[in-house]
Amino acid sequence: MSDNQNASIEATPEQVLYANILAKGMLIGLIILFITFAIYAFGIMKPYIPLDQVSSLWTTNVGDYLHNANIKPGWAWVGMLQYGDFLNFIGIAVLAGVTIVCYIGIIPSLLRSKDTIFVIIAILEVIVLSVAASGILGAGGH
Amino acid sequence: MRRNHKLVGFILFLVISTMFIVSPVLAGSAADTSAMPGDHVWWFWPLILLVVTFIMGIVAVLAGVGGGVLFVPIISGFFPFHLDFVRGTGLLVALSGALAAGPGLLKANLASIRLAIPVALIASTCAIAGAMIGLALPTNVVQICLGGTILGICILMLTAKKSVLPEVPKADKLSSILKIYGVYREESTGETINWKVHRTPLGLCLFVIIGFMAGMFGLGAGWANVPVLNLLMGAPLKISVATSKFLLSITDTSAAWIYMNKGCVIPMMVVPSLVGIMLGSFVGVRILKVVKPAAVRWIVIGILAFAGLKALSKGLGLGF
Repeated sequence: MSDNQNASIEATPEQVLYANILAKGMLIGLIILFITFAIYAFGIMKPYIPLDQVSSLWTTNVGDYLHNANIKPGWAWVGMLQYGDFLNFIGIAVLAGVTIVCYIGIIPSLLRSKDTIFVIIAILEVIVLSVAASGILGAGGH
Repeated sequence: MRRNHKLVGFILFLVISTMFIVSPVLAGSAADTSAMPGDHVWWFWPLILLVVTFIMGIVAVLAGVGGGVLFVPIISGFFPFHLDFVRGTGLLVALSGALAAGPGLLKANLASIRLAIPVALIASTCAIAGAMIGLALPTNVVQICLGGTILGICILMLTAKKSVLPEVPKADKLSSILKIYGVYREESTGETINWKVHRTPLGLCLFVIIGFMAGMFGLGAGWANVPVLNLLMGAPLKISVATSKFLLSITDTSAAWIYMNKGCVIPMMVVPSLVGIMLGSFVGVRILKVVKPAAVRWIVIGILAFAGLKALSKGLGLGF
């Protein structure tokens, strides 16, 4: 019997687990993003960059944008959550971070099934995505 | 048939009228981007983005392409936003679409986690390198490369064949070790299909380039993922399309973090674009259930070719 005839028509447990975490994370991220954007756009919380000045900043490259708006790159937005515009980064970070949580979530399941190669690949992926997320690869525009 | 013509006409009308509505400001934006945006109320550009991405969402579904591949060339070509922010937003648009589609595709066992995980490790690592190099290069160089890539995508869309069930005589050694195989039910025939892949090492090598380009241009990479998974590695078309969509959620995550940490994410661009693409995709899927307009694909290729030439001309400073 060839290997692929051992496969099931149903998704594997780790695949279903990954899907469930992804679905929840995506939903949470989108809900947060829409709520925080409403807070920002309707002026419920004061933005760091006034709404009528945003359009004069997005025409320049990111280096000039950060300089002109006096914004620090990387995770500095966490310290600016009192502003409506930076509040939106919570939802964006959840959307960009949910995949890391999915990978961490399936590692125990892969370990239980003694799927050593995929455990190693999953751990490496968590490291790669975490390094990207950390900002240690250099923050700040050109 | 008549319905198809009406629909194609309607889409053409939407695309052309949108271009005309925004063209006076867009024409100015190409010449003097710094002066134009301040001439409007603050919600003008977000609203235009919402409308254009809504149309883009419909067209993307009908043409069978990802939103990201339309977003970056069109928005960077015809709008006053700097390419840095367009790429950051484009990645988040592609990422959100992939995150939304991922759970359903995984549960239906159409997206294969065993096929995606090894590929994703390579693509996401290279996407980081692509994003960092793309942000370090001068904008005109990136514009020229983007223009060339978009024209290449047009050629790929025109020439690439698809194989519903590619012939895979024997799984290669690497895919056997990684247990990359599966079973799915073809709903149209009720058939249960066993699938496996071959040429895995070459496929993985190509994902080095695909990941790099996804990060560099913020394009998403479905246009390249599907041909490699389907035509080269021999995964069935449905598995390839679904796994490609899921794969984007991982590849784009790594690049998106680089763009976010570099400061290339402006919420006033991201959220209207996300909402527009999502609503457009929703409407597009409903239209697709009624008709399958092949001509829309030709319209998309035409628009992309125009956007590609525009990016080239911007990069070369030709002022076209």
